[in-house]
Amino acid sequence: MSASRLPAGGRIDRDQPIEFHWDNRKLKGFKGDTLASALMANGESILGRSFKYHRPRGIMSAGVEESGAIVTVGRGNRRDPNVKATTQEIFNGLQAKGQNAWPNVRTDLGSVNGLFSRFFSAGFYYKTFMGIPPMEWGKGTGIWMQYEKLIRKAAGMGVASREPDPDIYDHGHMFCDVLVVGSGPAGLAAAVAAAEGGLDVVLVEQDFEIGGDYLNQSSTEAERKRSSQISALKKLGARVMTRTTAFGLYDYGVAGLLERVTDHVAVPAVEIPRQRFLTLRTKHTILATGALERSVAFGNNDLPGIMTAAAANSYVNRFAVQAGQRIIVATNNDSAYSPALNLARTGADVTVLDSRTSLPDNILGLLDTKGVSHRAGTTALNAVGKKGIASLELASGDDGQWAAGDSLTCDLLLVSGGWSPVVNLLSHRGVKPVWDKDNLCFVAPIFDEPIQMAGSANAIWGTSDCEASGNAAGVAAVAAVKGTGMNNVTSAPGAGGWETPIAPLYEVRVDNKKTKCFIDPQHDVTADDVRLAHQEGFVSVEHLKRYTTLGMATDQGKMGNIIGLALMAEAMGREIPEVGTTTFRPPYTPISLGALTGRGKGAHFKPLRRTPMHDWNLAAGATMTDAGLWQRPWYFARQGETITEAYIRETITTRETVGLVDVTSLGKIAIQGPDATEFINSVYSNAFAKLPIGKARYGIMLRDDGIVMDDGTSWRLSETDYFMTTTTAHAAKVMVFLEELLQTRWPHLQVHVTSVSEQWAGSAVAGPKSRAVLEACVADPASVANEALPFMGVIETSLSNGVPCRIARISFSGEMAYEMYVPSDYSESMMDLLWSAAQSFDGCLYGTETLGALRIEKGHVTGVELDGRATIDDAGLGKMASDQKSYIGSALRSRPDLLRTDRPQLVGIFPKDKTEKFKAGSVLCSENKVEGHGDGWITAVTHSPTLGHWIGLGYINGGYDQWSGQTVVAADPVRTGNTNVEIVSPHMVDPSGERMRG
Amino acid sequence: MIRINCPYCGERDHSEFSYGGDGSITYPALDASAEEWLEAVFQRENIRGVQTETWHHVSGCRQWLLVERDTMTHEIHSVHAAHEGIAKVLEAGK
Ligand SMILES: [Zn+2]
Repeated sequence: MSASRLPAGGRIDRDQPIEFHWDNRKLKGFKGDTLASALMANGESILGRSFKYHRPRGIMSAGVEESGAIVTVGRGNRRDPNVKATTQEIFNGLQAKGQNAWPNVRTDLGSVNGLFSRFFSAGFYYKTFMGIPPMEWGKGTGIWMQYEKLIRKAAGMGVASREPDPDIYDHGHMFCDVLVVGSGPAGLAAAVAAAEGGLDVVLVEQDFEIGGDYLNQSSTEAERKRSSQISALKKLGARVMTRTTAFGLYDYGVAGLLERVTDHVAVPAVEIPRQRFLTLRTKHTILATGALERSVAFGNNDLPGIMTAAAANSYVNRFAVQAGQRIIVATNNDSAYSPALNLARTGADVTVLDSRTSLPDNILGLLDTKGVSHRAGTTALNAVGKKGIASLELASGDDGQWAAGDSLTCDLLLVSGGWSPVVNLLSHRGVKPVWDKDNLCFVAPIFDEPIQMAGSANAIWGTSDCEASGNAAGVAAVAAVKGTGMNNVTSAPGAGGWETPIAPLYEVRVDNKKTKCFIDPQHDVTADDVRLAHQEGFVSVEHLKRYTTLGMATDQGKMGNIIGLALMAEAMGREIPEVGTTTFRPPYTPISLGALTGRGKGAHFKPLRRTPMHDWNLAAGATMTDAGLWQRPWYFARQGETITEAYIRETITTRETVGLVDVTSLGKIAIQGPDATEFINSVYSNAFAKLPIGKARYGIMLRDDGIVMDDGTSWRLSETDYFMTTTTAHAAKVMVFLEELLQTRWPHLQVHVTSVSEQWAGSAVAGPKSRAVLEACVADPASVANEALPFMGVIETSLSNGVPCRIARISFSGEMAYEMYVPSDYSESMMDLLWSAAQSFDGCLYGTETLGALRIEKGHVTGVELDGRATIDDAGLGKMASDQKSYIGSALRSRPDLLRTDRPQLVGIFPKDKTEKFKAGSVLCSENKVEGHGDGWITAVTHSPTLGHWIGLGYINGGYDQWSGQTVVAADPVRTGNTNVEIVSPHMVDPSGERMRG
Repeated sequence: MIRINCPYCGERDHSEFSYGGDGSITYPALDASAEEWLEAVFQRENIRGVQTETWHHVSGCRQWLLVERDTMTHEIHSVHAAHEGIAKVLEAGK
């Protein structure tokens, strides 16, 4: 290929020269160039190496369907692999590189893979797995993994950056009456008609210029139409978006749009996102998405210097690049003649091969006057050349019976095998396209969606017919959106528009000549691969696709699908429509993961919840940890302490004097109304009907199926007013369930539930000195005396500084303990008071690590034990459940399987050798059968300062009764190995509960 | 990408709602038999077509709704307040 820039013409801006880098060499182009057009103008012909065989590849198209010029753009943390050079705009400083090649695409040492091509044929991964001759020695996964590495290295695409993406991406939402996809003759006409009808129109165009096929036409008439339509849209207030791809259509008129905001800018402003991921809701959609020109399967049809006829037309008219000088055009339809004439006009020597035997006189006459030679009944058989096409062996014949012919020298071969309307977006809506046997392509059937197909997306080939079709679609959209009926709707032109019918031409081969004919060059899938797949039984199109990788990845069936279907149809002796079509799925073109993620990454991946005393905790020396969405104090290390030293000290201090812990993250629900008691008594499994005012009770809630949902406490503040606490983890779930019960099942109950988690900030005060601390902090010390506030008592009072508070004497630590809540805004003043008093008793602040140690010692359960599988009996709390009443879950709790005594039951765990430790997550196995799932598992472990050794909680089949006195193995094969343990009661410290009642 | 016309709030994006479950179930009384509860909790139709579902406007008014939705097309045929008393009041006011 000897491409060159024409001295004049095209849509490039010759006043804006641009310097960019290709494989570390500095090249020049102009504003308005794509990377492909600029590289072509610089005489670069090998831009990539193929996926499996490392064959040299050049530019094959001028658009998103590109299968050859797939490159890597950017450097370092902005490296973007698998970019199509045909769609990448150039800008000053652009860095682009060929990929899948070493040391570069021109001299690639990996091309020896071609010698082993039989091992890379269809299904090569599957077969290699099983071991194929002569590689039977490769049988089995061990050796497979060795050479899988080599294969993966040799067969591949570009390499993504491993560094974090430095760019920002935005998500947005848009609404409109009509979305028009595509801004060619049909799209522009549709958008203008819809906007003139008073509709709110959004027109999206994936290119950086509006105009579609107008841009590829050289006539001033085309440009005049294009610019007048654009100014009409501007006047009518339509929103016109360039560099924006409608990548998918979804339910309810949702279109996914990707707007590439700065991918064409040398130094983008920091506040601008790189891309926007937009969710557009539209009432109506017009798809003027155009059509893609197909290639034909013939020998070496992937050589650099072979492209579609329309691509060369675009390069010469739009980018002023003459792609070659000695040009052969091989076609089976009328569309390639206009490119042939355009290229002849700009000085090339052009020969047209038409596979059809008869052509209309007017075309032939035109060719003769322009000096274009032509041969009917002739087509391309085999391209010859090493790094680019040098000559073409021809085939001649009729009706698919080809015989080898002579040979022509050339530097560029243009192919037109027909056109495939882009019905991809319609296919996203589950509409199956149908085969149009006159135009040899899949088109939209009659379908029931608020969508119109317009222009060549509906197999309408002529420019003025496309304009008429777009106009009709726009008018129809107005009628549909306004509900005015279809009376004024003009009938759209039908499909077609060629003078001479297209003739089928999918593959050209002659007997006794082996050729390599690519049907999906991006994945190195050949015509033989399809036949091999058929021979091996893969006759369904969906299986064919997966077995051969035809049309996978960034191609998504754009290029090779029809030829693949045609070859499969031939192999099966059927017609194309009987073989079917594959379903197109979003996205139409690739979307970066960054755009999908948007702003929701890093710290913004999930909401962050901080308690109102977060800053107070930090100032007091807390190291924080994540507990769901919450940040909670983990431990309060003193000078030089490790986490282990800190939590052991905090645990000892709390058991000996007093400790304070932020418990604000617990869920808090106000349950109010005349029927509050009945409601709460129906929700909890234990008795609540007779809870006196001024008392709290521990409660366990079950799900409908009898499994534990959550545990917590409920405080009775008055006849009709309860204050419920839930676990941190299940706060939202419990609230939703209570709302569901009241609104859907028990609408007769007069009860309001209100989440007050944000309104109240809380601290637990635990330890022998806890009452003394409270006495120092409340307005009336007598109100917290043992008689006034006994175990499980509740008071509403105020602190010594006048802040109102509510206190319940409840314990999670097993010590005498209280939970105190104040309105959130006063949390810091509460902590100031409590901490000052606690310090006078040598108390401490503690975090979740000590919270865990204290509760494990006591055998109190949390979410890791109440994991959605445990029954109330499994958790050892069955005795609390009432048998005097019915409650949520009571019926199904008594299912026989949930009553089995060999179910896993909560137990305490000690190491046999008290100096040893073991880990949460270990599997509990009987001593003589350490394998598989064992008989149980460990949910939580801690060093117990009280007992002086490691302890744990867990579940084991049959529980304490079955395992007491036996040696059990805590198996942890992938981390710390196995430890011998013994099963004890879960109540490992103060089992009688004297300390908390004291 | 469903949109639900909440009778309390108006039309809102599906992302504000969470799916509840089968809205055609009448849960038995708490003291009903295990068999009745088994039927209500575990036995579900896998409907191809219009089914009644409960949805919770969890990031909105927090009201539970009864939604008739076509499982084939996602088309929503009706939306009512799940609380029958409130539903009556709302529909009388229309
Ligand atoms: Zn609502």
